[in-house]
Order: sequence, then C-alpha cells, then structure tokens
Amino acid sequence: MNLTLKIWRQAGPQAKGSMETYQVTDISEDMSFLEMLDVLNEDLTERGEEPVAFDSDCREGICGMCGLMISGHAHGPEVTTTCQLHMRSFRDGETITIEPWRADAFPVIKDLVVDRSSFDRIIQAGGFISANTGAAPEAHSVPVPKPLADRAFESAACIGCGACVAACPNASGMLFMGAKITHLGSLPQGQPERWARVQNMVATHDAEGFGGCTNIGECSAACPKEIPLDVISTLNSDLRKSRSQRH
Amino acid sequence: MTDLIQGLYSEGEKIADTKAPAGPIDKKWTQRKFDAKLVNPANRRKLDVIVVGTGLAGGAGAATLGEAGYNVKAFCYQDSPRRAHSIAAQGGINAAKNYKGDGDSIHRLFYDTVKGGDYRSRETNVYRLAEVSADIIDQCVAQGVPFAREYGGLLDNRSFGGVQVSRTFYARGQTGQQLLIGAYQALERQIAAGTVEMFTRHEMLEVIVVDGKARGIIARDMVTGEIETHLADAVVLASGGYGNVFFLSTNAMGCNVTAAWRAHRKGAYFGNPCYTQIHPTCIPQHGDKQSKLTLMSESLRNDGRIWVPKRAEDCDKDPRQIPEEDRDYYLERIYPSFGNLVPRDIASRQAKNMCDEGRGVGPAVVELQEDGSEREVRRGVYLDFAEAISRMGKDAVSAKYGNLFDMYERITGDNPYETPMRIYPAVHYTMGGLWVDYDLQSSIPGLFVTGEANFSDHGANRLGASALMQGLADGYFVMPNTIRNYLADGPFDKLDESHPAVQEARQSVESRVERFLTMGGTRSADSYHKELGRIMWEYCGMERTEEGLKKAIGMIRDLREDFWTNLRVPGQGRELNQSLEKAGRVADFLELGELMCIDALHRRESCGGHFRAESQTEDGEALRHDDEFAYVAAWEFAGDGDGRMSAPVLHKEDLVYEFIELKQRSYK
Amino acid sequence: MKISMALAGLLFVFYVLMHMYGNLKLLFGQKAFDDYAHHLRTLGEPILPYSGFLWLFRLLLITALLVHVGFALHLWSKANRARSSRYVVKKAVAATVSSKMMRWGGIALLLFLVFHLIHFTILKPNFNSGETVVEGSPYSLVVAAFKLWWVVAIYLLAMIALGMHLHHGVWSAAQTLGLTQTAKSRATAKALGVLVALVVAVGFAIPPLAILFKIVGN
Ligand SMILES: Cc1cc2nc3c(=O)[nH]c(=O)nc-3n(C[C@H](O)[C@H](O)[C@H](O)COP(=O)(O)OP(=O)(O)OC[C@H]3O[C@@H](n4cnc5c(N)ncnc54)[C@H](O)[C@@H]3O)c2cc1C
Ligand code: HEM
Ligand code: HEM
Ligand code: SF4
Ligand code: F3S
Ligand code: FES
Repeated sequence: MNLTLKIWRQAGPQAKGSMETYQVTDISEDMSFLEMLDVLNEDLTERGEEPVAFDSDCREGICGMCGLMISGHAHGPEVTTTCQLHMRSFRDGETITIEPWRADAFPVIKDLVVDRSSFDRIIQAGGFISANTGAAPEAHSVPVPKPLADRAFESAACIGCGACVAACPNASGMLFMGAKITHLGSLPQGQPERWARVQNMVATHDAEGFGGCTNIGECSAACPKEIPLDVISTLNSDLRKSRSQRH
Repeated sequence: MTDLIQGLYSEGEKIADTKAPAGPIDKKWTQRKFDAKLVNPANRRKLDVIVVGTGLAGGAGAATLGEAGYNVKAFCYQDSPRRAHSIAAQGGINAAKNYKGDGDSIHRLFYDTVKGGDYRSRETNVYRLAEVSADIIDQCVAQGVPFAREYGGLLDNRSFGGVQVSRTFYARGQTGQQLLIGAYQALERQIAAGTVEMFTRHEMLEVIVVDGKARGIIARDMVTGEIETHLADAVVLASGGYGNVFFLSTNAMGCNVTAAWRAHRKGAYFGNPCYTQIHPTCIPQHGDKQSKLTLMSESLRNDGRIWVPKRAEDCDKDPRQIPEEDRDYYLERIYPSFGNLVPRDIASRQAKNMCDEGRGVGPAVVELQEDGSEREVRRGVYLDFAEAISRMGKDAVSAKYGNLFDMYERITGDNPYETPMRIYPAVHYTMGGLWVDYDLQSSIPGLFVTGEANFSDHGANRLGASALMQGLADGYFVMPNTIRNYLADGPFDKLDESHPAVQEARQSVESRVERFLTMGGTRSADSYHKELGRIMWEYCGMERTEEGLKKAIGMIRDLREDFWTNLRVPGQGRELNQSLEKAGRVADFLELGELMCIDALHRRESCGGHFRAESQTEDGEALRHDDEFAYVAAWEFAGDGDGRMSAPVLHKEDLVYEFIELKQRSYK
Repeated sequence: MKISMALAGLLFVFYVLMHMYGNLKLLFGQKAFDDYAHHLRTLGEPILPYSGFLWLFRLLLITALLVHVGFALHLWSKANRARSSRYVVKKAVAATVSSKMMRWGGIALLLFLVFHLIHFTILKPNFNSGETVVEGSPYSLVVAAFKLWWVVAIYLLAMIALGMHLHHGVWSAAQTLGLTQTAKSRATAKALGVLVALVVAVGFAIPPLAILFKIVGN
C-alpha cells in the first residue's frame, strides 16, 4: 500500500517544530507501524536526509519505549502499543498524522522522541517497597489471598509508556500512578509505606507539571495494557484515607 | 603461544585458576563470602562503582550496592532503567524451593543446569547459582513482585523447559517484566536516597583501563551527544546479550555487544562466543523489511502438534485442505518418546531441515546460499491446535493459551483457532559472553561482568527460566559479595581526567564518532547490519560447517571493509542521533561476528546450541567430544592492524567434572 | 483539594434535588408552593430567627460554590499548563460529550445562576407586563415568568447544561471520593450519573413547560 505521512519534525528540545509531509510506497500490511517508519528512514538516509527520530526497543509491546500519537489516537487505532500496531489497520492511500506525546511533563527531545523521566521521579517518590537485599523473610511466610494477588498483578501490568498522559485531555498521570498505588497497596508487603507512598507520589506528580484528573477516562481507553479506571479510584481513596492514617 | 592455527587464531596459556575456594561444593560459596574482605561502612561512601546496564543483573546489582552504601553510577541506553530487555521474558524463573515436594533440591537444579548446558559449564558457578536461587524468590516477594498464587495464598509453580520438577515461578506471561520492575523500584529507591546516580540515555563506548585495572568508562549522552568521562574504583558490566548480531532475533532493537566488545578489546577475554540459543517457537519472518522476531511461549508445544506437508507441492495449499495422510508430524515421527517436546535445539534444527528440504510453509523469503547466490525459501512449519481444540474444547484451549493466540493474531492477522499457526526458530539468547572467574571478575581486574553479558553459568545451552535466575543471582547476591573483596583494597589512587590512559580512551571514542559522521558513503548502518545478520544466520546459525564458517569469515571481512568506506551517517554528533548509535553498534557486531565464526570453527564438536554438521551421531544428533573439547574457549583480543583484526589468542579453561558424571544426551 | 470540589458538587446535587422537589409543588397550585417557600424560611424556628436556617444553608452553598468554582478554575489552568502545545489531530475515544463540556457547561451554569438569583430571589423583576405578581407569593412570580417562551427557553437550556454537568459530575465525584474501585461499582456510578441527570433535568423542566403550555397556573 501507499501512504501519506504527516510527521512532526523538531530538531531539538528548544527548536520550533512543524509538520512535514512524506510519502511511503510499497508497504506490506504485515509490517508493523514502526517497520513502516524504518522503511521511510532508510529511504531518507539514502537520499541524504535526516531520518525521523522515534523511540522503540523491544518491539513486542512490553518495554513501553515506543509511543506515538497516530492520527489523534495514542498508540494508534487499536488497543495495543505502537510497535504492535500493524499496517493492516490502515487503508491504502490513507493520510496518517504522527505526533509525539504532548505533555509539558514529557518534553520533546527530538522529532517524536520525548523525555518521560518524570515517571521515574514519581516512582522515586515512593513507588517501591523498602526491602533491603538479603533481609527478606521466607517467601511463604506471608500468604497473599489470590484475589489480592490478582489485583496486584493486573495493576502491575503497566509498562510506563505514557499513553495515558498523552491521551488525557488534562495531561494527567493518574492512571500510571494509580496502577502503581494499587499494585503495591494490594499486597501485605506494601502496607507499611502505603499512606506515605500515595501522598509523596501525588505531590511529585503535581510538581512535575502533570494535569489534574477530571475522570474523563481517555487514559484507560488508550492504555495498551487495559489498566482500568478503578486504579484511579483506589488512588483517590488511599489519598483520602492517608490524611487520617498517617502519623 | 602457538603458531597460527588454520590461519585464524593461535593458542595461548591455559587458564589454570578460576578462583573458586577449595572444599566441598556445597561449602564453597559460604567459604568465599567468609574469605572475601570486608569494607567498613564508613569507607563505602568513598568507593565509586560504575554499573553499566540496568536489566535484572545491573538493576539488582546497582540497587544492592547502593543499599550497602557505595557510591554508584548506573547507566542504560533506554530512557528509563525499567525498559531493559529483561522485561520481555515471559516464561518464568527457576528456584530450588521444592514447594511442590516433588523431589527438587539445590543439587537437582545444579544437575539439571549442567546437563542442560551439555556439560560445558563450570560446576562451581552453577552450584552457587542453584544455591542462591531460593533467596531470589524471597527477595522478590518482599519487594512486591506479584507472582502467580494458588487459592491458598501460596506461590504457584509450573514445570518448564522439559524438566521433571515444578520449580518455575511465574507471573502470567510477564515474569521478566515483574521481576525487572521489582529491581527497578529498588533502584529508584536508591536513586531517591542519593546512593545511586542514574544516567539514562547514555551509551557506554569505552572502558578506561589504568595500570591494568578498570577505572571507569567513556559514555555518550545520547540526548546532547556529549562524550563524558566517568571514573570509578570498579566497573560492573551488565549489558545483556548479543543475539542481535544476527539482526533478526527476539532481542530488543537496542541490544548490543558494544559494552562487552569494547572491554574485550581492552583485554577482557570473550568466553565461548559461538554458543547461541535458537528458540523453536517464534513467529516466522514475513518479509525483508522486518525488524525483529517475536517469541511465543514454549508452552504451546505441550498441546500443539508440529507438522509440514509431506509433499513440497502442498506447501502453498490451505493447511486445512491437506488431509491427515499427507501431513508429516516430523517430531513425533523422529522422536516417538518425546515427540513435540524435544529440547529447543532439536526442535529448531528439525524445523530448519524440513524447510531446507523445501517443505516449509508460509511466505517465501530471499536467502543467501552456500555458494553466495540467493534463493527463495519458505521458512515456517505448522503448529496445529485443531486436535487439541477437538479434544479439550475451544474454551479450555483459550483459557490456557488465549493470550498467546491473541498475540499471534495481532501480529499475523491469522486466527489460530481456525487455521494452524506458523512458527519458525529464531535467535534468542547468547550463552557466550565475557569470560569471568568465580568472583564474576573478568580478566581485567576491577571489571566485573554479570547477567547475560558474561559466559558463566549455562554452558553450551541454557535451560528455560534460568537466565532470569542467573541475572538476579548475580545482581542481588553474588557480585555484591565478591566485589567487596576487590574494593576492600580501595579507594585506589585518585585519578584525574588528564591521565594519559583516560585521555586516550576519550580520544579514541571522539575520533571514532567523528569518523562515522564524516565518512560520507552511501549505505545506512542498518543495511550492513541486515547483511551481516544474513551471513551469520546462514553460516553460524542452527547448523555450522567448516566450509560455511570459513566462507562466512571471508564475507564478514569484506563487509567490514565496505562498511568502513561506504557507510553514511546523517546528522550531527552533538544531538540525538539514532543513525550514529546504530553505526557504532554495527561496527562492533562486525568484529564480534568474525570471532563467533572462528570460535564455531575451532570447536569441531557439536554441543548444546552449537551444532557442527561434521559431528553428529548416525541419527543426526549432536555428538560431543569430551576428550578434546571439555573446555571453555576464552578468546583474547590481539589488536588490529591495516583494517583487519589480528588473529585472536585462545586460552582454554579446562572443565573438570567432580560432582557430575558426563553423559551423551538422548531424546529418542 | 479535588475531594472538597467533589463534596461541594455533591452538596449541590443534594440541593438541586430538594429544590426540584420543591418546584414540583408548583404543579399543585399556588398554596402548596407558597407554603413550601414559607416553610423553608421558618425551618428551625424558634431556635433560629426567621430565614435563619435558609441563611445558614445559603452560606454553606456560597462557600461550596466558591470552593467548587475555585478548584474548577485551578484544574483548568493546570490542564492548560500541562499541555501547552496542542495536538494537530486528537480524537477522543472514551470521553463523553458531558465530560468534555464540564468547564463550559459549568460556566453556563454560573451565568444561569446569576440570572436566576436576580430573577427569583434578589431583584425579582417581572418580565411579563401582562401579568401581575403578588408580593410574597413566589408562585405568581414564577407563573408570570414562565408564560414567556424565551424565559422558558433560557431555563431549558440551563437544564440541559445541568443535566450534562451532573451526568459526568456524579460519576466523577464517586471516582474522586474513591468509591469506584471495581468494575461493578464503576458501572453503578455511571448509571447513577445518568439517572440523577435525567431526573433533575426532567424534574426541573416540568413546571416551566407545564406553565408555558397552560397546564397549570391559569
Ligand atoms: C523474548 C525473550 C524471552 C525470554 N524469556 C525468558 C524466560 O522466560 N526465562 C528466563 O529465565 N529467561 C528468559 N529470557 C532471557 C532473559 O530475559 C535474559 O537473558 C536476561 O533478562 C538478561 O538480563 P541482563 O540483566 O543480563 O540484560 P538486559 O536485561 O538485556 O539489560 C541490559 C542492560 O544493559 C544496558 N546496556 C546495554 N548496552 C549498553 C551500553 N553500551 N551502554 C549503556 N548501557 C547499555 C541496557 O540499557 C540494559 O539496561 C528471555 C529473553 C528474551 C529475549
Ligand atoms: C456554577 C458553576 C459551576 C462550575 C464553573 C462548575 C465546574 C465544574 C468543573 C470544571 C468540574 C470538573 C469536572 C470534574 O472534576 O469531573 C465540576 C465538577 C462537578 N460539578 Fe460543577 N460546576 C458548577 C456548578 C455545579 C453545580 C450547580 C453542580 C450541582 C448541581 C455541580 C456539580 C458538580 C459535580 C458533582 C462535580 C464532580 C466533582 C468531582 O469530580 O470531584 N457543579 N464542576
Ligand atoms: C426550572 C427550574 C427552576 C425554577 C422554576 C426555579 C425556581 C426558583 C424559585 C421560585 C426560587 C425562589 C425561591 C424562594 O425564594 O423561596 C429559586 C431560588 C433559587 N434557585 Fe431555583 N429554580 C430553578 C432551577 C434552579 C437551578 C437549576 C438551580 C441551581 C443550579 C437553582 C438554584 C437556586 C438558588 C441557589 C436559589 C436561591 C435559594 C435561596 O433563596 O437561597 N434553581 N428558584
Ligand atoms: S497506565 Fe497504561 S497507558 Fe499509562 S503508562 Fe501504564 S501502560 Fe501506559
Ligand atoms: S483521561 Fe485524564 S482526566 Fe483522569 S480519568 Fe484519565 S487521567
Ligand atoms: S517497543 Fe517496546 S513496547 Fe513498543
């Protein structure tokens, strides 16, 4: 198939960007979206132009490195990651708009590459269980009821891709943060730090310049791991309780 | 040192001592921990350690060293440590917990691992791995890793990779992800505490060796393009595997050998580079623009039946139209007792054989031939669930394999409930890596190597669910204990950036970057990478022959020469430049590829993942030659001159089996 | 805090429901409605002075409004700062029209409220020169007003805005308070949002329409 691509090009963090138009031809529908961009880049390199910078690593939907706004949808029209999106989801002759995640907490580095280190800093604020190496008790000393273990697992499926922020009209990071709060808060091991965790993470989230959540739900719809909105509710509930429970 | 052998390499001194303490095998590790010198907590802050890589091995290692109070700098090329390729592991992690009471023990895990490695691994290391495996699970559970649990609230296990006990812990199909997130969170905690300084989007491009000791690295800030010098008292490499030398593999796009190769060039021996593991159940290649291959869990082989048409003419027919009598369930035919569950290497090789015979299915791809010409071959075999669906019902199949089926459908557009899946082997794991002693120290003092980047524990073949175990064992428990023995002699002399060795390292990186940018050729780094991959896959892949390997060495040398004249790298150095990053990695792969072929050529036996066509039994099984080849091949870099690498020097480390008896394996 | 905003919103919901119930008394004629208005003012007597309870309640409402609007503006500006450069193309997948209208709808409600208070509580202008308004009988005021089609139109538009605001608001408040931690409770909250929105919008719309079409108030 042949496609017209409108791609955001931006030379560097401070540079002013703009949309540029490219044509790609002879794209097979079995190709992944990123392979289609590889073809474009190979072509640009041959012509002596600079290829389009975009992030990807595992290309199997698990590392969370990739992420593009494709014709207005985070990760494109399917519920999956950009690397797992295939060209059969598009029509021959279609025009596709490709933009980076847009959020001030995710500044653009170049073209389609953004800086998501704000997510790491949210985790630094408390998204962990303090368990020093070697000091752990025998694993079976604390049984975890299966429903709780399952809930923890489901929320832990988040890959930190940032699509939730990209899709949210408020550019809020609540789904990402809620997933971590729910994961750790569901487990007995996560209880001692539970209340401090939610307060510190939310404070960091706000300081990093993410927007506030008004419960729109775009985040969950865009999430390739289908993290449900429940986790935001859990976060809110923990935040409410943390006022009286701390100290 | 000997004269040149086959015109390709020479042989140097044997490696006599791997530094394992004496005594019974089950006391060695305790003894080693006791013997290792201690570092006073107050002194730890004054000791700088660099950790390159934040996968399971590096992430766990950096976090643990940080907790201990050392001053740690950690590096990764991704935008966050959470994205290291460990995240992609699906199946599980082994540990000798014996929770199922089915007779598992440290000794059995030790035995299975040595046997699985086809008797080409070092007993002492493997025993220690089995010994600390149980602690890993405790540690991960304490961190909140959400392992699968039973209704009683206790951890669930499954059996994996053809072993007879249930010792594999898992978190649905995301074990690697959950373990890595655990290590990542521990690491972020230390970053917040200030003990670890994290450098994301930084690529290590050189090791700094001063007076024979590793004292730091040169790294490129991939955002600003700045070349940075980082000095330390010790360096840990945990930079993962090099399967991407084949271009197409199950590894991530950025997986590379650069960190390890740069260390190799500075004097670190490279152990068993030719040992690669090919995984049988991957989704086949669909065309020549493909960038990577996707693994599907091996568990599919429990219920799926593998076949190809008996006649080549049937290969482009709809598989459902091919009657039972025209199908060849070749694994069931050749290996009646193990059938579809034969080990990875056998399943892989037989799939290749079927396709070589012209009985492969799916789209044809262009391939290099022995004589250098190209031909179109179908590379795929059927993995059929029709029988399972009629036996168990569609719902039961879906409950067991639903997510894998969905993944397959997403990638191929075919519905596996209706038509058989197509699978083909793909490069998956590299057992080879930098040579290390019992302490995980390389042949450069102060340079420690952990995880997939070292060669240490898996011999010629790795068991399923054992790489995660090794990464975390190295990271949480082994390296932090052994490195202190080294650091106890520090802090070493204060180094200045103006030191000639530091300057030399920095300048070599700068001039290399400069050279890439000014070469002004016509071909992209990717195009060279693809071509190298095709050579490696054809001649140094599932089956290797003397003739093929020799030809490959010649082809790689030609390709390398072409690379250094015709490469084009667009863009600038002082910015994010992905073409430049690729160029550096491909340059190193082009050198590694040659060493892999030399290693494969010199090992005239078949063992584990290394199959030499000349060394097989009458039934076409791998045939080891323990009398000649029961050693680790540790290669020393011998410099390069006039565009060629000088013949490397082979150092043999003899493998002595005191506790396990060597046997030829048989799956008939 | 977002929680106080939700609580304020819920207080409004409670108030609007009461108010709607009161308004429906219009249907039962002048006495029923005027008595109700009177009753409001004598609630709590003799402990509180005439209109005492009403004033307390008004105070509470005003504070809630300040909090609610204050945070609405805060969220709005924060969202603008969080994405200072916009997408060229952005499509919504899950957002309901109601959820996207919260801010403009809220402003519409604020404007309506100002108009409405001037209309019925502060100045009480009589737009309808053809009718006489009896002092002390809100009933007559209301009936006079709603005989005019354009007054009814303003109120109906406001009711649509309110319905939409509540459609998203009720669910949103439940989510903000952390009451929707399972798929089931999430569905319940969403259903409740629809229900409250419909009840309120329809409930409020009945009296004006009834007056306009001369079913009551002749
Ligand atoms: C698809 C797949 C499935 C697998 N499934 C299983 C399984 O079920 N069970 C099992 O036991 N094993 C499995 N494995 C193998 C296992 O996942 C890996 O061997 C293991 O995770 C490697 O961990 P590591 O820490 O050594 O390296 P990695 O996780 O690869 O980490 C490498 C790190 O080094 C960094 N790095 C690399 N080069 C540089 C450089 N030049 N400069 C700076 N940083 C650098 C990277 O950024 C990264 O942080 C699987 C592997 C694959 C590919
Ligand atoms: C008068 C001007 C008003 C403005 C400017 C306004 C604005 C807003 C805004 C912007 C929101 C945020 C959306 C969200 O958080 O989901 C909101 C939420 C809400 N509003 Fe209003 N609103 C107003 C009046 C009202 C009224 C009169 C009611 C009830 C009758 C109401 C009930 C709610 C509720 C229940 C919420 C949800 C609160 C939450 O999510 O925490 N609002 N409002
Ligand atoms: C058709 C719809 C409505 C009608 C007919 C109506 C009618 C009235 C009347 C008659 C009064 C004066 C009552 C009295 O003085 O005792 C009043 C007061 C008021 N109304 Fe409404 N109203 C309507 C809708 C609304 C809505 C949607 C809101 C809020 C969002 C609202 C908020 C108020 C407030 C705050 C007062 C002042 C109450 C007080 O005196 O403290 N009204 N309304
Ligand atoms: S919650 Fe979903 S969309 Fe958000 S970062 Fe995690 S996986 Fe990505
Ligand atoms: S889309 Fe945004 S507003 Fe909240 S519910 Fe999701 S974070
Ligand atoms: S590249 Fe890893 S999730 Fe897409």
